Amino acid sequence: MLEIKNLKKIFNPGTINERVALNGIDLTLNDGDFVTVIGGNGAGKSTLLNVVAGVFPVDEGTIIVNGTDITGLQDFKRASIFGRVFQDPMMGTCPSMLIEENLALAVRRGQKRGLKWGISEKEREEYRKLLQMFDLGLEDRLNNKVYLLSGGQRQALTLLMAVIKKPEVLLLDEHTAALDPKTASKVLKMTQMAISESNLTTLMITHNMKDALEYGNRLIMMDSGKIILDVRDGEKERLTVNDLMGLFSVAKDSMLLTK
Amino acid sequence: MPFINSLPGAFAQGIIWGIMALGVYMTFRIMNISDLTVDGSIATGGVVCVMLIRQGTPVVLALVIASFAGAAAGFVTAILHTKCKIPAILAGILTQLALYSVNLRILGGKSNQPVSVDKYRLLVSQRFVRDISVIKNPLPVLLLITAVIVLLIYWFFGTEKGCSIRATGGNAAMARAQGINTEANIIIGFMIANGLVALSGALLVQYQGSADVNMGRGAIVIGLAAVIIGETVFKNIFRNFALMLTGVVIGSVIYYLVLQITLQLGLNTNDLKLVSAVLVALFLSVPNMKKGVRHA
Repeated sequence: MLEIKNLKKIFNPGTINERVALNGIDLTLNDGDFVTVIGGNGAGKSTLLNVVAGVFPVDEGTIIVNGTDITGLQDFKRASIFGRVFQDPMMGTCPSMLIEENLALAVRRGQKRGLKWGISEKEREEYRKLLQMFDLGLEDRLNNKVYLLSGGQRQALTLLMAVIKKPEVLLLDEHTAALDPKTASKVLKMTQMAISESNLTTLMITHNMKDALEYGNRLIMMDSGKIILDVRDGEKERLTVNDLMGLFSVAKDSMLLTK
Repeated sequence: MPFINSLPGAFAQGIIWGIMALGVYMTFRIMNISDLTVDGSIATGGVVCVMLIRQGTPVVLALVIASFAGAAAGFVTAILHTKCKIPAILAGILTQLALYSVNLRILGGKSNQPVSVDKYRLLVSQRFVRDISVIKNPLPVLLLITAVIVLLIYWFFGTEKGCSIRATGGNAAMARAQGINTEANIIIGFMIANGLVALSGALLVQYQGSADVNMGRGAIVIGLAAVIIGETVFKNIFRNFALMLTGVVIGSVIYYLVLQITLQLGLNTNDLKLVSAVLVALFLSVPNMKKGVRHA
């Protein structure tokens, strides 16, 4: 369970570039919740994910995972809690290393890394099987360097790395936005598959309203660093893209008014 | 045949500097950071080794302590870079500058100190570079040391820890997302790299028979030259990591052979730094210019 309480984050405080990115976020994710996050540019979606992952510290508020306060924990120390996939396909993998080495790094997330050999023959077999499930032809390319892969293949690999060691929460930051429509839908299907299989608690940012409605059991909309809509289950199922667009323009109008 | 006569010397120098080049390869290529500490840490390795041997320390122990001194220099640069957030190049320059004073102090205030092979037991010496005795001649020892180092580096970067350091250099954001302490890894990497550089300095002073506070000037350029020559020449032949490392050492040997040739052509030793810089600039730019032509 992920509990976020009164989270605040201000960039460049006290300067002309001051920007309130998160303005008192309260959000509780129950185990197995699959939440899609929508909102305009600058609404604070990515900041929320980054703050949860610990990429930068918060100014106020607490982040609690399964009863443990992790607010002050550095990002790499909370990496075992979160699986992350980024918008930029280049960001989630190490291009100069082999596919199998990238996976081996992910499998050891949260473990002490010592002087044992970095990858075992048994693991290789396991990786081959997992990649086979994704059906991208990567299972025979375990010893290819990652820079040889396409953006879609890299995103798929990043996704596998994020879930290969079951995370408490999966954080997806517009992970299909940089992909062509066909690849995007393929990666989304893989995402759904991985989430259902292990019943992963998930926070997924998307700019695609249709995806936001189609996937997950819960939807939140953000604007100006606040959550302005939080719907789940039946209520979410009744929502249409038009409803969301309507809410979007209301949010935009109110933003203009308050400025 | 002055050129043929100079060959063994060029080989020996090339191999010794090749060990330094392996350290440069670690930071420059594996960790993706240009570490300029090396100009200072190679001299630190040299002066520490000479002073210890002069005090009667066994040569192998002196080599080990010299390497640790280099690692300490790497530690300082890494701390300046990671904890104090100073850009890596500047952090390296700061350490290098500070080391000049430190090295002078270690040398007891003199700018150089001899360590004669007549008075002390040394591992390698220039005097015997054309000797046919396998024990006396420095080349077999140097080849053995280099082989052991290449194998150790190869092994280390295959371990979990080594892989995490490669990931740190390849994509730090990804490394952190996978739970890797990138700052700690940069510190470890810099320490190992500068330890190697100092070991090279410690071998160099024995080979030359003296340590000089200025011996490291331009070392980074020689290291880069070796790395780039090695990569350019062996890129399409060596794909295995251990062979790549060997290629870097061979790159260093090639560099010294080219220097010998330029000396034979009539340039004097004062021109060496200029020749080095031109060589490195050429090796750095030619591959890129070739690419440019293809695109045009």
